[in-house]
Amino acid sequence: MTAYLLKRLIIAALTLVLASMVVFAVMEILPGDPARLMLGLNASADQVEVLRNQMGLNAPLLLRYLHWVAGLLSLDFGRSYTYSVPVIELVRERIAVSLPLALIALALSTIIAIPVGVFSASRQGRAGDTLAMGAAQLGVAVPNFWFALMLIYLFAVWLRLVPAGGFPGWGAGIWTALKSLILPAIALALPQAAILGRVARSALIEVLNEDYIRTARAKGLPYRAVLWRHALRNAMIPVLTILGLQFAFLLAGTIIIENVFYLPGLGRLIFQAITQRDLIVVESIVMLLVAAVILINLLVDFSYAIVDPRLRGRQ
Amino acid sequence: MKLWKTTLAAATLSLAAATSAFAARTDLTLGIVLEPPHLDPTAGAAAAIGEITYANVFEGLTRIDDNGQVQPGLAESWTVSDDGKVYTFKLHSGVKFHDGSAFSADDVKFSLDRARAKDSLNPQKPLFAHITDVTAVDPATAKVTLDGPQGNFLYDMGQVAAVIVGKGSADGNKDKPIGTGPFKLDHWAKASEITLVKNPDYWGTPAALDKATFRIVPDAAAAVPALLSGDIQAFANMPAQDALGQVQSDPRFSVVIGATEGETILSINNKKPPFDKLAVRQALASAIDRSAIIAAASNGLGKPIGSHFSPGDAGYIDLTGVYPHDIAKAKAYLKEAGLENGFSATIKLPPVPYARDGGQVIQSQLKEIGVDLQIIPVEWAEWLSQVFTNKDYDLTIVSHVEPNDIDIYSRPGYYFQYDNPKFNGLIKQLGTTVDKDKRLELLDEAQKILAHDVPAVYLFELPKIGVWDAKLQGMWTNWPIEADDLTKVKWSE
Repeated sequence: MTAYLLKRLIIAALTLVLASMVVFAVMEILPGDPARLMLGLNASADQVEVLRNQMGLNAPLLLRYLHWVAGLLSLDFGRSYTYSVPVIELVRERIAVSLPLALIALALSTIIAIPVGVFSASRQGRAGDTLAMGAAQLGVAVPNFWFALMLIYLFAVWLRLVPAGGFPGWGAGIWTALKSLILPAIALALPQAAILGRVARSALIEVLNEDYIRTARAKGLPYRAVLWRHALRNAMIPVLTILGLQFAFLLAGTIIIENVFYLPGLGRLIFQAITQRDLIVVESIVMLLVAAVILINLLVDFSYAIVDPRLRGRQ
Repeated sequence: MKLWKTTLAAATLSLAAATSAFAARTDLTLGIVLEPPHLDPTAGAAAAIGEITYANVFEGLTRIDDNGQVQPGLAESWTVSDDGKVYTFKLHSGVKFHDGSAFSADDVKFSLDRARAKDSLNPQKPLFAHITDVTAVDPATAKVTLDGPQGNFLYDMGQVAAVIVGKGSADGNKDKPIGTGPFKLDHWAKASEITLVKNPDYWGTPAALDKATFRIVPDAAAAVPALLSGDIQAFANMPAQDALGQVQSDPRFSVVIGATEGETILSINNKKPPFDKLAVRQALASAIDRSAIIAAASNGLGKPIGSHFSPGDAGYIDLTGVYPHDIAKAKAYLKEAGLENGFSATIKLPPVPYARDGGQVIQSQLKEIGVDLQIIPVEWAEWLSQVFTNKDYDLTIVSHVEPNDIDIYSRPGYYFQYDNPKFNGLIKQLGTTVDKDKRLELLDEAQKILAHDVPAVYLFELPKIGVWDAKLQGMWTNWPIEADDLTKVKWSE
């Protein structure tokens, strides 16, 4: 187990180093000058040069890379060019929206997907299964942008139950804040649930065809117990893999939903930073996300061990 | 009976209370599309900075009103020396910055000297280029000396980047803007909203609103439901043009189409062959049908222009007829240039609907005369570095939103690469001319030169599409400068 863990950690570290090089190189290759963007059309070339020097953009490339990496290692993520505040502060503000939103959406999608998957698998080929999987197909096909707008018109414009968008901040009270996350969470969860439900169904169908399931039934266990206790647990590995990937996506890949609901989330921050050529913000946040994804994958690996006792002893 | 009367009286009373509660509404939430990077108009070019802070948080010596006219600001009056070189501003007394410090002529000197300093990062530094000295004569008098008479000086001192900042607070204005205006910053929830509250110590007429929130709504499709649900009560400039009909037919909203200073043009790289030939540029101008472009790129709301001048400004002349839409004529121009078989070129389009939509129409219109355009979509950052800075382009579409900016065609190294000594001389003369009639005469001539010489094909003036609650009064109709001046905004009963 220790050797396994060590190997995983070394791979993770190498991935981080490689990612830092790629991220830095890509941002440098992108055409565009953050100083000119800030000063606009009427500023002279001299002024742009003054600002570039202030931002440290005129230093040699390698030096800037090393400086950035050294900062990352001491947990200093640099200062935003545009906002002129520490990047970590921006991340902290945004993660307070993105993380709860991702967790709610993930919980919602799991709560919907697992029962649907079990339901469909246990009625494989029958009307209920066809109907549920048809709905799942629709859930994947419907653009979540459109779905989000429909939710807004129904619940915010017509019924006036929740705000049409925006985030008042956790300081406005937990319920008020949660209210503005409900619709975006639903809009995010549904397509994820549709994918997850289909994965759960096919994983479960495969397990249900295994010999030991027949044995369990043969020794007189009720179908429900076999389904929920024996089959589902063994079908969890692909489901967990998908969940891990979905969580990584929900954390920062939700730029469209954040735009429709004008939520101050992480996805919008990255998008805005790219258009503003706020290089340091993009580079540092992408690195944080890479680290987060690696961490999530490690956790998923460990959770395999929890659901599958055979993996615990393996080297 | 008595009981009935009491109930009635109580009902009337509560009704009265209810109406007065409605009449007393003093808060407003406005939607804006782009978040400002910071809130210091003297340190960044982003239009959103001025939109929020101008006249609300920060004030200049003069101010520009809804009609583009110069009004007194922090200076209550001024005198100009006979040679037009010395402006003596008499300042309002009792003015305080939001941090409690007193405003005086020292702050005027500080602000103007800072803007024109060698290491100044003021985005409109050229506005201050002719100032040679600023003196605080006494706390209530500031004297500004110029290197020669300046026709637009009082207007320029009312522009967004010329606002007066406090000596002790200027460095912190990006995050905590400290101005002299009727509103002060309450809080800024990044990427979410910026809230201003009424400044109780304001020196002039106090604002009617107690609180104004600018909420950032980046997605055009989200703008309409935000209005319909009542979350947002005003868009000074509504992003969702396609969805305009939805609010236009709704009596709860006012839709007010106004003018901006945004000349939307097909910019041409005048030094790059074949565009260095006048006949080629004339061919482009004749091949283009403005009405089709306006229909596609601004929902039919933009006003056609024939030169680089806003139809809302004094001195505007209609030159849209200089090169009327005429395919045969356009082909004749191409033949004159020796290109009767046409040619191919690229057009770089920044990520704004007017450019991306307008570009496609122009592509198909130029195809009719054998000019094959390849569309290259670019981001703003790419546009600035490739097109604006490196002049690596053939054609592009962009809206020049700075007010009174006809002089850009005379700037050396400007991305048009247009160099016409006659025009340059005219602009130079205009800069030092103060007399109103003479100025109009010069502007007249400048407009005509551009219209005939086609350094760019002039398309239309960008409209300002104001949408707000029908009960809201005092919002600006036009955008002579991009500002959401809330000083006179109030709710009607």
